[in-house]
Amino acid sequence: MATKIFKHLQTPVVPLPIENIDTDQIIPARFLKATTREGFGNNLFRDWRFDNENQPKQDFVLNNPTYAGKILVAGKNFGCGSSREHAAWAIADYGFDVVVSSFFADIFKGNALNNGLLPIQVSDDFLKKIFDAVYTDPNTQVEVDLENQLIKIANTGEQESFEINPYKKACLLNGYDDIDYILSNREQVEEYEGHKPL
Amino acid sequence: MSTDNNIQSPASLPTKEGRSGATLFDKIWDAHVVSSKEGFPDVLYIDTHFIHEVTSPQAFDGLRQRGLPVYRPKQTVATADHNVPTWDQHLPIKEELSRYQVDMLTKNCAEFGIELYGLGHEYQGIVHVIGPELGITRPGCTYVCGDSHTSTHGAFGAIAFGIGTSQVEQVLATQCLLQQRPKRMKIEVNGQLQKGVGAKDIILYIISQISAAGGTGYFVEYAGDTIRSLSMEGRMTICNMSIEMGARGGLIAPDETTFEYVKGREFAPKGEEWDKALAYWKTLYSDEDAQFDSVLSFNAEDIEPMITYGTNPGMGIGVTQHVPATESFEQKEQGSYAKALTYMGLHDDESLLGKPIDYVFIGSCTNSRIEDLRQVADFIKGKHKADNVTVWVVPGSKQVQKQAIEEGLDKIFEAAGFPLREPGCSACLGMNEDKIPAGKYCVSTSNRNFEGRQGPNSRTFLASPLTAAAAAITGRVTDIRELLQEEELVG
Ligand code: SF4
Repeated sequence: MATKIFKHLQTPVVPLPIENIDTDQIIPARFLKATTREGFGNNLFRDWRFDNENQPKQDFVLNNPTYAGKILVAGKNFGCGSSREHAAWAIADYGFDVVVSSFFADIFKGNALNNGLLPIQVSDDFLKKIFDAVYTDPNTQVEVDLENQLIKIANTGEQESFEINPYKKACLLNGYDDIDYILSNREQVEEYEGHKPL
Repeated sequence: MSTDNNIQSPASLPTKEGRSGATLFDKIWDAHVVSSKEGFPDVLYIDTHFIHEVTSPQAFDGLRQRGLPVYRPKQTVATADHNVPTWDQHLPIKEELSRYQVDMLTKNCAEFGIELYGLGHEYQGIVHVIGPELGITRPGCTYVCGDSHTSTHGAFGAIAFGIGTSQVEQVLATQCLLQQRPKRMKIEVNGQLQKGVGAKDIILYIISQISAAGGTGYFVEYAGDTIRSLSMEGRMTICNMSIEMGARGGLIAPDETTFEYVKGREFAPKGEEWDKALAYWKTLYSDEDAQFDSVLSFNAEDIEPMITYGTNPGMGIGVTQHVPATESFEQKEQGSYAKALTYMGLHDDESLLGKPIDYVFIGSCTNSRIEDLRQVADFIKGKHKADNVTVWVVPGSKQVQKQAIEEGLDKIFEAAGFPLREPGCSACLGMNEDKIPAGKYCVSTSNRNFEGRQGPNSRTFLASPLTAAAAAITGRVTDIRELLQEEELVG
């Protein structure tokens, strides 16, 4: 399944200035019983979002109508913990296309990219600038330009460039995925199997 | 599982004795690169792929949608572990969604020709426990699984790491994975461990020193005489928790301890195959002049029995130390820190020693192997748990359970008020009914203390099996060294 194409985006952002947000917070294990990829967005940040009676907690940002948009901005070391891809599905299914943080856990980053969700690592400084901008004006828009690897705070014009693996960038821009690529290497795989060490 | 290996020398064998400058990691990686192209990740060959019920159904769905078969079904091993009950396993699973998920695995394995060690099978168990004990996990190979603690298998001198479901689909479809070569870190531990301090304490100590993100981007090789002196079980505990410092995985060069462990196991190479394999395995070490991107060293003498107080595994202290003060953190970290302490119901400078606890969980792929159970049984023999504590002992596999019963450990557990349950992940992640109730404290031998990990609003103190057993007996957080010393004086 090809992933969806991503090139450019400009939207308001949802701020979540908490560090070390782990995959158990993003999607608690008890919601991993599903056997399809859909519907996880309803349980994104479940225990922060809803109380024990399943009522929305008013103080959590996803329940605050002031903040909306397709970009989630979170504190350092986002997505640590388990390898569950459900975390990336939940974020994408909820409607986010981009997650911005000053640091991402490795597996999460890979999972996100495999699902057309773009993780953008920015400097601590720039992260703070985004939080400051959005807390000053909740309608602050952030612009992401994948082709030129730039992220910009539209209101202030401040911008920073970000890194992305060139292969993954090509995948996102064109909407193709890893399996397509490896299948095109099938002959080499068979040849390798003929002389593998163990 | 196929054991007929076609063994040849990999391209990266050292040119002169110990002088090619390659790390163990690079030797194994290079021997598994199918193709490598500038600007692209390497196509890495995967020797064995472990799958389980939770992270595989969507991958099989993907295969169906693409109209692809499983490329090498004999190199995939399946078990049901994450979501299975640990009591009355012979009865149908009560919870409907869990039952459906486990049934889906059975159906998918049948349809795609994959060997399944499902519920009721004598080999069933936690995926990272069964691989090693069946001799599927061996030096020099590559292993992946849709579970981050796949790093456990690195204890054998293998490259093993967790992957997401899209990658599970990728490996099913191609037996390969697109991977960027990670950086290499060496962590050395040297010196003599104190009595009552073990592998779990070593790894909790390291993570507490370098933080839960300190290994991000790296693959770690553990070395030094303390690591060398550990059993395979201890080495697995160490490698298991590599992921808790953010590392992709961890590995330990194979040696006699490794070869002894693998020899004779169900799927281990036999006869001539064994000799060939052994000759190859003996080439698997980091060369003396190997270059690492980062090197850290620790002294075993500095390590106390460890316990975590917070909501990530890096938030750990020696059991006699106090919870750090919020002020000791940088301003921007104070908010997250205070949030963690509030969640745990703890305050600045608090000592955990003597704190009453409610549950003890001895299990998970970190500490549910036979050696862990023996160690606990040996300590609790003739003692009884405190009245305020509920204890669950969950063996890592059917084989572990069987062995424990054969050795009479179940009787010791029973007498002490520690019922021996049936194998599965259980309270490690609270997916089945084994959940720690809200607000309750659990001393747990598992690997994660995240908010809600063991059940909504549960509070986890991670510790070694001995420290957990001591807490079960006294009903409080306890310094195991004191109990051991008392026993010595008495006995
Ligand atoms: S025991 Fe826990 S950490 Fe290990 S595989 Fe199961 S859920 Fe994952």
